Amino acid sequence: MSQRIDAEQVRKVAKLARLQLTDSEIDEFTGQLGAILGYVEKMNELDTDGVEPLAHCLPIGNVFREDEIKPSLGTDRILANAPERDGSFFKVPKILDDNSAA
Amino acid sequence: MTLPDLTAIELREAIATRRISSAEAVAETFAQIDRLEPTVGAFLSLFRDEAAARAGDVDRRIAAGEPVGALAGVPVAVKDVLCTTFGATTCGSRMLERFHSPYDATAIRRLLNADAVIVGKTNMDEFAMGSSTENSALGRTVNPWAPDRVPGGSSGGSAAAVAARLCPVALGSDTGGSIRQPASFCGVVGLKPTYGRVSRYGLIAYGSSLDQIGPFGRTVADVALLLSVIAGHDPADSTSVDENVAPIADYLDGLDEPVEGLRIGVAPAFNAGAEPSVRAALEAALDVYRSAGAQIVEIDMPHLDYAIAAYYVIATAEASSNLSRYDGVHYGYRTPDPADYVEVYTKSREEAFGQEVKRRIMLGTYALSSGYYDAYYLKALKVRNLIRGDFVRAFEKCDAIVMPVAPTTAFKIGEKVDDPLKMYLGDIYTISANLAGIPGISVPCGLDENSLPIGLQVLTPAFSEAKLLRIARMYEAATDWHTKKPAMVQ
Repeated sequence: MSQRIDAEQVRKVAKLARLQLTDSEIDEFTGQLGAILGYVEKMNELDTDGVEPLAHCLPIGNVFREDEIKPSLGTDRILANAPERDGSFFKVPKILDDNSAA
Repeated sequence: MTLPDLTAIELREAIATRRISSAEAVAETFAQIDRLEPTVGAFLSLFRDEAAARAGDVDRRIAAGEPVGALAGVPVAVKDVLCTTFGATTCGSRMLERFHSPYDATAIRRLLNADAVIVGKTNMDEFAMGSSTENSALGRTVNPWAPDRVPGGSSGGSAAAVAARLCPVALGSDTGGSIRQPASFCGVVGLKPTYGRVSRYGLIAYGSSLDQIGPFGRTVADVALLLSVIAGHDPADSTSVDENVAPIADYLDGLDEPVEGLRIGVAPAFNAGAEPSVRAALEAALDVYRSAGAQIVEIDMPHLDYAIAAYYVIATAEASSNLSRYDGVHYGYRTPDPADYVEVYTKSREEAFGQEVKRRIMLGTYALSSGYYDAYYLKALKVRNLIRGDFVRAFEKCDAIVMPVAPTTAFKIGEKVDDPLKMYLGDIYTISANLAGIPGISVPCGLDENSLPIGLQVLTPAFSEAKLLRIARMYEAATDWHTKKPAMVQ
């Protein structure tokens, strides 16, 4: 099978997906994604000129409702699952750090 | 007949007329779970105390002559993809191993409002991504018919629980066949309703334009009963359909009435890919429908061969977006020692997601990335429209389409884990219904040479569940495959 995606592209996609993959995962995914994409390209056998893309299978319209105040879950229940919290805040490592340029 | 063999309908009748109490039914359910669960591994969590308390409450209300719901006192299992305020909601993932939902899914609320007794949450492929339940990070489920084989997936725990008589009915979810295929592999009935029929509120998202919650049971009637309980519009899910547009029904009403003038569509070329035992069972099923007066119509579905290709672009694209919420910040797993805030994301996700989830996130991210969007994602959406068109044209010629659920019966544990593409190709017969949004059901229709169950799939147009269930019931009423039991419960 021709090389549809190389290790460098896989690294780039992993960065976009915020996944810190190991080198062996990069290798594994390069082969597997290549095979899957090769199969997916079967779609090119179909002429889709003039075919509308279908994002949603049933007719659907916007749903409006009155803008009313209703009870919500509240801070404590929302924060109960936080890996780390500080009072009524989610806690994360310092963001303004020279080493953290994304 | 022992209590675990009773259907949900028989059980609710027995409880309502006080021939047995819900407390006894629940105690017997847990006795059966204690006997078989060490082998089957259907559950990720069990609610012994809560279930006993709810059963006692239902019994008291029945004794006092108070009104009770449609599932009063009946034990039900639910796939761990549905948010519950009791127990953890793990989705089969280390990412959510200790997640406790602050709210209940609407389908869970509706079960509880119907006075069902939820006994536990069932195992599944991580984030519902898989066809064998082998991708669960938290448990291993086997097929009750052959413990060296997979139960199917991703709702493998729910299918196995119903097949092993650990409970009469269960809920699952189906994004590309995750209810119908395990139902087929485990010899039970499984229904994927029309997209929009059941609220997805509280269903942990995988592919949001494809996901749908649905029931498992050992009979078509039990599945109809469960659908009646969970179906309906929900203001919390704007894609759940307006009941003025598509009314819901009591799906038990008229279930036994055969459909007059029934036309069954079959696409022989498409079905030729199934293994011989599956094709033979399908042919025999068509004879059953012929004997019931149905006309068999040949249909052409030229685009279904492209369904897997389109699905694995669309579903993974949606998944890559949906799963970006797992960031190690708001809930779920966080890596213990991040060097900086970026590592909170990248290492948390690397450490807590399994291989199949990472693979699908990667594939979806790639398909949506700059330079590839048109070639993959946009192309897949156009192919999706062509597939939908195949169904629209077919349903002009027939009332229902019958086809296999899967090309094979249950495969061996470990057989396909190293070859993701091979695993995906097994989804060929189920995926189109999700892409087209239509309902589909799997009904037991045979046993292969290894005594493994074979499922018959019936598909009908959107929002015609009442008719779909009646057509499935016509088959069930004329055959006894649904009464066959795995050796472990003989």
